[in-house]
Amino acid sequence: MSDVPTLAVENLETHFFTKAGVAKAVDGVSFSVGRGEIMGLVGESGSGKSVTGFSILGLVDPPGRVVGGKVLFNGEDLIGASEQRMQKLRGNKIAMIFQDPMMTLNPVLRIDTQMIETVLAHEKVSKETARQRSRDTLAQVGIPSPEERMRAYPHQFSGGMRQRVAIAIALLNKPDLIVADEPTTALDVTIQGQILYEAQKLCRETGTALIWITHDLAVVAGLADKISVMYAGRLAEQGTIDDVLDHPVHPYTIGLLGSVPGHNTRGQRLYQIPGMTPSLLSLPDGCAFKERCEFSDAACALRQEITEPVPGRAVRCCHPQIEAAR
Amino acid sequence: MSVFIIRRLMQSVLVVWIMSLLVFVGVNIVGDPVDMLVNPEADQAEIERFIKDLGLDRPLHEQYWYFLLNALKGDLGNSFIFNQPALKLIVQRIPATFELAIVALLMAIIVGIPLGVYAGLKPDGKISKTIMATSILGFSLPTFWVGMMMIMVFAVMLGWSPSYGRGETASLFGIEFSFLTWNGLRHLFLPALNLSLFKMSLVIRLARAGTREVVHQDYIKFARAKGLSQNRIIFVHLMKNIMIPVVTVLGLEFGGLIAFSVVTETVFSWPGMGKLIIDALNNLDRPVVVAYLMIIVVIFVVINLVVDVLYSILDPRVRLQDLKG
Ligand SMILES: Nc1ncnc2c1ncn2[C@@H]1O[C@H](COP(=O)(O)OP(=O)(O)OP(=O)(O)O)[C@@H](O)[C@H]1O
Ligand SMILES: [Mg+2]
Repeated sequence: MSDVPTLAVENLETHFFTKAGVAKAVDGVSFSVGRGEIMGLVGESGSGKSVTGFSILGLVDPPGRVVGGKVLFNGEDLIGASEQRMQKLRGNKIAMIFQDPMMTLNPVLRIDTQMIETVLAHEKVSKETARQRSRDTLAQVGIPSPEERMRAYPHQFSGGMRQRVAIAIALLNKPDLIVADEPTTALDVTIQGQILYEAQKLCRETGTALIWITHDLAVVAGLADKISVMYAGRLAEQGTIDDVLDHPVHPYTIGLLGSVPGHNTRGQRLYQIPGMTPSLLSLPDGCAFKERCEFSDAACALRQEITEPVPGRAVRCCHPQIEAAR
Repeated sequence: MSVFIIRRLMQSVLVVWIMSLLVFVGVNIVGDPVDMLVNPEADQAEIERFIKDLGLDRPLHEQYWYFLLNALKGDLGNSFIFNQPALKLIVQRIPATFELAIVALLMAIIVGIPLGVYAGLKPDGKISKTIMATSILGFSLPTFWVGMMMIMVFAVMLGWSPSYGRGETASLFGIEFSFLTWNGLRHLFLPALNLSLFKMSLVIRLARAGTREVVHQDYIKFARAKGLSQNRIIFVHLMKNIMIPVVTVLGLEFGGLIAFSVVTETVFSWPGMGKLIIDALNNLDRPVVVAYLMIIVVIFVVINLVVDVLYSILDPRVRLQDLKG
């Protein structure tokens, strides 16, 4: 039992069939997250992080469609699972926190309504029990006087408060897996710290697996056990958090880490990866990063396979910078 | 809240006063009732006495002044034809018209919202396309023609329902209503349907547009991510949002429903205000015309106020203080 990871994504492909062509938003992504494990999913804007999250929950809307791969949740493949089955899992065993806190709560329903319904959708408990649990969870994410604030409408909350409500909703039913899409971007540092602490505690105590999507490498560094770096819908590099952050192997990861301001870079010009993200509509067969990569050569024009240049590391690059990893 | 309502009431009084001026002057320009009313064989002296009795010999501003003074006392003049207070004539007919309009409105909502939401959820389906095409007919076919066709098909050819009048009525709070008796309901059905067709099409379009906008919102996706049932998402999360524009527009259109019942009432010989005003216009029965228009203005003003209050109840983001008066 324990050797089955909570979530194993294998070769996931999610494409958007638009008028301009097929956008391969997620193109052969694999990773796994075990009980109590936290995985950071990073990558620049448009690299397919959110779409990966939606694919796990079966919430990709047309013109998008999961066209290949597996999403194994406790060993059960969710791709092709019935809507009924997904409804049972969503919000109960798998929860998601959306990226935009201003848009995720229904503007005409009170906070308590939106929380209580989440409990009642999955459990036969009294409304009073559901209300109490909602209130306690709000307190847990740091909403002051939750009893009173619960009766408010979303517009009476700030963006950061709304995000905390959305986080509380995800925590309500103590799910096995939480997909958190940049959940702390709208929060100030102290609240962010509190949320990160609560998230970590939850994972350690209840064995919840957590996928933390973010731009912020500093957050991932302090929180996650492992990290997956995405570039243009594909996985660039994957490994344990310390390995990848200390000794990145993929040129893109190296560039990404180089462009993070740190203590010792003060006064210096920040490194910037040259060039721009390619259009997902016209991705090359070979490496999507080759136009921007200082190591690229003819080999990069071929289809790149995932390799393991150093133990425990998955990299999609034919010029892994192994020396740097030593 | 109360400050808002008081301010709105004061504005309403101003609106009603301005309308009274326009109506009074307008009606005086339209035609001379004397030719219609006076016996053609009457001599000049008789005609002049008649004019004097009605107060038509005095200058317009003086006539208006008397009209206003009397109006404040609740007297809008006597009908030239029936020689009864015009206001009383109209007020007697109000229940019939309101009953017709309210039933028409309910029909529009009960039929229109499910169809519109369905068409919004499945915009490419065959059924949705049929619904939308039919709603265009509802918009474009003239009410009087549809009414006559209904009478021909359902009353004359099939004999399913009566074609004119209110049928039996029963009294509620001392007012006679048709919907309380089976016979009355049968009389009510066709005219109400006729009157509601246009609004039904409007509701279908509003509900469809609202649904199409709302289903793509993040909060609907988030509701799905919470594992809520399809029913809960549609009937609570979606419905509550689309009801805001539907109720607002329909509320404002209710005045139009009353005003447009003129056509339906004429076609179905429904004894409401509309039928009365048509007769009054034909006879240049000025006091009745003026009284009718004034009552319509008051109805519109009241409806606007009610809609604003409803709107603020439905949409928690709006408070009455924020609405401009
Ligand atoms: N509805 C859609 N129609 C067409 N293409 C889409 C749609 N939604 C997403 N995509 C494509 O999927 C790509 C990945 O989007 P996604 O939202 O996953 O990016 P992201 O990594 O979450 O970026 P960000 O950090 O800005 O949130 C986009 O670049 C876009 O081309
Ligand atoms: Mg995103």
